[in-house]
Amino acid sequence: MATEPRIEPLAPAAPAPSRLRYRRWASYTALLTVRMKELLREPEVIFWAFAFPLLLAIGLGIAFRQAPVEHVPVAVAAGPGSAHVAAALGGGRFQVSVLPAAQALDRFRLGAFDLVIVPANGGVTYRFDLARPESLLARSLADDALQAAAGRRNPLPAASRPFSEPGARYIDFLIPGLLGMNLMNSGMWLGFALVEMRQRKLLKRLVATPMRRADFLLALGSSRLLLMLLEVFLLLACGVWLFRMRVMGSWGAILILGVIGAIGFSAMGLLASARAEKIESASGIINLVTMPMWVFSGVFFSYERFPHAVLPLIRALPLTALNDALRAVILQGAPLASQGWQMLIVALWGGLAFLLALKWFRWT
Amino acid sequence: MMEAMEGSPAVLCRNLHKTYPGGVEAVRGLDLEIPRGECFGLLGPNGAGKTTTIEILEGLSAPTAGEVRILGLPWRGHEMDLRQRMGISLQETRLSEKLTVRETINLFAAFYARPRPVTEVLEEMALTEKVNAWVGKLSGGQRQRLAVATALVGNPELLFLDEPTTGLDPQSRHQLWDVIRRFQSAGGTVLLTTHYMEEAERLCDRVAIVDHGRIIALGSPGELIESFVGPHVVEFALNDAARALNWAQSLPGVQAARQADGIVQMNVREPHRAIPALIAALEREGLTLAYLSTRRASLEDVFVHLTGRHLREA
Ligand SMILES: Nc1ncnc2c1ncn2[C@@H]1O[C@H](COP(=O)(O)OP(=O)(O)OP(=O)(O)O)[C@@H](O)[C@H]1O
Ligand SMILES: [Mg+2]
Repeated sequence: MATEPRIEPLAPAAPAPSRLRYRRWASYTALLTVRMKELLREPEVIFWAFAFPLLLAIGLGIAFRQAPVEHVPVAVAAGPGSAHVAAALGGGRFQVSVLPAAQALDRFRLGAFDLVIVPANGGVTYRFDLARPESLLARSLADDALQAAAGRRNPLPAASRPFSEPGARYIDFLIPGLLGMNLMNSGMWLGFALVEMRQRKLLKRLVATPMRRADFLLALGSSRLLLMLLEVFLLLACGVWLFRMRVMGSWGAILILGVIGAIGFSAMGLLASARAEKIESASGIINLVTMPMWVFSGVFFSYERFPHAVLPLIRALPLTALNDALRAVILQGAPLASQGWQMLIVALWGGLAFLLALKWFRWT
Repeated sequence: MMEAMEGSPAVLCRNLHKTYPGGVEAVRGLDLEIPRGECFGLLGPNGAGKTTTIEILEGLSAPTAGEVRILGLPWRGHEMDLRQRMGISLQETRLSEKLTVRETINLFAAFYARPRPVTEVLEEMALTEKVNAWVGKLSGGQRQRLAVATALVGNPELLFLDEPTTGLDPQSRHQLWDVIRRFQSAGGTVLLTTHYMEEAERLCDRVAIVDHGRIIALGSPGELIESFVGPHVVEFALNDAARALNWAQSLPGVQAARQADGIVQMNVREPHRAIPALIAALEREGLTLAYLSTRRASLEDVFVHLTGRHLREA
């Protein structure tokens, strides 16, 4: 056996033109059709892509409706001067109860009052809770009222005009954030689908056919884009119809941001799936990547609340950039050109992820 | 050039080695040459390296060392051409469960330049009744048949089938044999692995028995039976099972003998000489038979003879 002649190397002649032409368009459309059918037959996909963000929007929109402050419950400790204080606060939006001091403080601790006023020596002491915004607010409103009643005049003439138009409410803030989060989730979970196919040996079976790998990825990506169109439309339509949200920017600009986000996060999903053999490890990786962005990237609340030192890092996250751009366009009507920096951040993350994924991705 | 390729073997590999990361040497110097039009069977115990070998030949995994030519071409530079011309079914693939049989087979057909009519393939694999059923709702055997259908739909010249009949009922198995024979009589080449020796014996022109990543026997089933075990097998058991029977080996007409669980199995070339000699020997020793049978030897006997570790007497 050892003396068996080696196979002589083939002459490097140009291979005969193959009669067997690969039908690229047929392959691509077949892959895309199959992928769309699979997606739409998967109840979990329908739930996470469509129902979940809508339910979140509706739930959070109702919970944080931000009704105007109508009643400010205030307790006045009974004693000399309490009648005077109660009278000064009368009318307006204060709801005044006069109670013994101990009882007033007890009920304050339970949240029944926002403020306890203890009259003493011709003045008053305010008992309030620094950690409760409504308590702070009550203190300052009550102080204004008492000082005015005692004869204070404002040196600076000031008028107030309350502002509660669509565009400044929590739901307006929330919906573009949910849009961004949804683009991230469904892009990243593309990686999950790929790992599942690898675990089932389906990837191996597919690359054993003449199918081009690029066509497969292209079909997967396009199915994601088609789904994205539906998601964006449904979520914005829900905002517009249910919450009378106003879309200030152009739908074209929103669509372009959606496409950039969907492609960028799909590339990151591809990278997350590059080597994992088991769906358990894939979901670990995907959660590791998405969880921090759920928190830091301003989906549910503004990331400006984090310490200033970390803000540049937060702004460099792809979801932060996408959310900022979506909010600027949807809420402020900013032109797409003004969001170049944000789009570049998403594109850079996506591009880098794609290059690494090409290098590391395992088909078999 | 073209002629050289047409005349070259369908599968050729030399000195194939595969060491997995972690150090498992799955294939250790394997040579194979399968001419066009042959049905070739790769046999061997679990873990022998059959799947590893076949996946290297399919261009799905790279050998650590060695050379491969498929239809006269190396994988490098000819991958897309070769993939158009061959069909494969892996030992284990779970196709998408939420697609119907028809959708699955249409998808695979779309990748090939000259696919066969989908209905014809489904009919051949007896899946016509299930065309609109989801893959997830098929029985194990039906899935297995669908996997083979995906290998056939591209109208290949060369078929690689890794355990195509595992899990099939006898009827489906016979059906698949017919499909393979028809494919072969139309000029196709088949490389398959199987654990069913009867199947290899009936279906394959030649077989190779692989163990520990090497070929330990190669030839037509008839040749292997003839050269390793002789044409007959005589088995007997005694009332007193504990007795050692080393002398059975040296009876006239007996090529080899081994003993397991109280049964002695002898490979016999000439039963008309061996059986009288056996009876005479037992009489001499004062032993009585509890059981005696003779039958024609099969590939299974070759397989057990060559690889059946716990049946082989040390
Ligand atoms: N991906 C892998 N990584 C490491 N070792 C592997 C891998 N795949 C197979 N092996 C090992 O290589 C050896 C040969 O495996 P292979 O799958 O080729 O056997 P086989 O002959 O097909 O067996 P079976 O009849 O059970 O299918 C086994 O010892 C197996 O454990
Ligand atoms: Mg195997």
